Amino acid sequence: MNESERDAFDQALDTRVIQGRSLWVDAWHRLLKNRAALASLLVLVVMVALVIIGPMMSDWDHEIPDWDNYSTPPSLETGHLFGTDALGRDLFVRTLIGGRISLLVGIVATLVSLLIGISYGAIAGYFGGRVDNLMMRFVDGIYAMPFMFFVIVLMVIFGRNIFLIFVAIGAVNWLDMARIVRGQTLSLKNKPFVEAARACGATEMQIIRRHIVPNLLGVVIVYVTLTIPQVILIESFLSFLGLGVQEPLTSWGALVNEGAQELETAPWSLLFPAGFLAATLFAFNFLGDGLRDALDPKDRV
Amino acid sequence: MRQPVLKVRDLSVHFRVDAGRLFRHDYRTVRAVDGVSFDVMPAETLGIVGESGCGKSTLARALLGLVSAQGGSISWLGEELVGLGEETMRGKRREIQMIFQDPSGSLDPRMTVGEIVAEPLKTFYPSMSRLQIRERVQGMMQMVGLLPDQINRYPHEFSGGQCQRIGIARALVVNPRLVVCDEPVSALDVSIQAQIVNLLKDLQKKLQLSLIFIAHDLSVVRHVSDRVMVMYLGKLMELADRDSIYLSPRHPYTRALIESVPIPDPVLERERARRVLDGDIPSPLDPPPGCVFHSRCPHARDACQAEVPAVETLEDGAQVACLFHRELAAHGPAVQSPDQGSGVADSSSVSETDSSSPEPR
Repeated sequence: MNESERDAFDQALDTRVIQGRSLWVDAWHRLLKNRAALASLLVLVVMVALVIIGPMMSDWDHEIPDWDNYSTPPSLETGHLFGTDALGRDLFVRTLIGGRISLLVGIVATLVSLLIGISYGAIAGYFGGRVDNLMMRFVDGIYAMPFMFFVIVLMVIFGRNIFLIFVAIGAVNWLDMARIVRGQTLSLKNKPFVEAARACGATEMQIIRRHIVPNLLGVVIVYVTLTIPQVILIESFLSFLGLGVQEPLTSWGALVNEGAQELETAPWSLLFPAGFLAATLFAFNFLGDGLRDALDPKDRV
Repeated sequence: MRQPVLKVRDLSVHFRVDAGRLFRHDYRTVRAVDGVSFDVMPAETLGIVGESGCGKSTLARALLGLVSAQGGSISWLGEELVGLGEETMRGKRREIQMIFQDPSGSLDPRMTVGEIVAEPLKTFYPSMSRLQIRERVQGMMQMVGLLPDQINRYPHEFSGGQCQRIGIARALVVNPRLVVCDEPVSALDVSIQAQIVNLLKDLQKKLQLSLIFIAHDLSVVRHVSDRVMVMYLGKLMELADRDSIYLSPRHPYTRALIESVPIPDPVLERERARRVLDGDIPSPLDPPPGCVFHSRCPHARDACQAEVPAVETLEDGAQVACLFHRELAAHGPAVQSPDQGSGVADSSSVSETDSSSPEPR
């Protein structure tokens, strides 16, 4: 090795900074090894892409009927891949548009509940004592309210509106999140690294932000993947009862409702939306299971 | 005469606990630290020893204001810390830092080493640039024997000894005057203990730190301390120079503690006259009346139950809380203590194997 080579070598040694593998990266690698979770992830990615792009690619519109084809079964000739409904609207486009609404409700309502639930639960759990007692009794109070009654009252007062669904579902779902986060915070706040942070001069809010919340995320992510399907199901349930989205807009729940009424004459109008709904719910649940395994520290070898 | 950096006078930390059953409260007071006084000199190491539950860790936390003291005073460079507001106390923590017992547990698993060591810098010097912080952190890592290029690694990628080095780096990065070490080595292997203890001693010399070194391992304390304080059930039993504590202990509890240290030689160990203390440490909820140690003291007399012994300062500066320490010193057998610390070897005899790069995972 000559002089300049050795210099370059030394320099390379000096500037080399080892990149550590964070717990997230570790968890990600474990998740990729879990076939069911990986397949679910793919299904969800495809589903989201389809729901976003699909309606644009199709010749048909979810509102405008095809006057020549009422209740026709799926066929390549007519161009209605999933057939049409009783009003002659293309079921393929309607299923995807319904998917947009269902997924949007699922994700947005979950995010809302996530935001409220994490901050509420973390504060209640971290400060503990009287604050905790007061905040959690408030949660218990809301819990006691019958959900359907709450939704119907909202609908009656404000009229049927898709945002009301977000509000109604979010208002109920953050309670669970707050409880879970509070419980986790209770155990986290006694960990030595929290006391170490306090000894380093961090303020209470800095501790919550820097130490409590990042360490909560594992549990929260798992819970989110299990909440999204739950919310989708609640929305479908509301739509099935006629309290959900309003025609001509639709959702998977509304489509299943319509399809169920025509089950004998046009089974495809039930099968396709129901299949999409089921596939999505399955995928979310498997992904949630996979994430739970991947993030569970006890499983770590 | 040097002025002490820290003067603790009659410090008491009490906890109220509910010993009642369902629906019925029964509040009682645990006197975790009860009337303890001591000084810490600049660049000195004060060792604190005692059994589990004797209030060592609570004392450490009280010094940093992590638990609030109910009585007495903590005077830091002439400034009173007891009763200080949370905001002001937080600023004081730049000067008084702490090293924790659980090496990996005291590091946030979601943060990199760089972020962990930088945390006190970020809170105390918010105007520091990222580059300055990084330089300071890497310099600190080098000082404690970590490779600066490990800055982006996570705590779970390090061994226990290395984690404790990270903890030390975090404590020292803001240039504190006093570092409270709460059993810094009790969770580590014996060979790693030596490295960490010697590292602390080296850093103390280099940075002119005062150390409060809490441990239940007497040989470790002997190795690092200039003076040693012995605690039992939240009270000070004896406080004296290291050699005086180990060679001529005055308090029967100190004597029992030192006699309980095993000698790493089976022949000597077998021949040694040793009195083992009977029973367990009494519940701090319900401490014995009079001298708290009388229930286990081999020399206890009636007077010990009736009278709480005051802390007496002797001619050589040692402090003892025992009614009969003079008599015991006259009649008591000489203590057979292991001359060489059993746990910790001298710095010269230990090679620093732990400072090499971490084993790959």
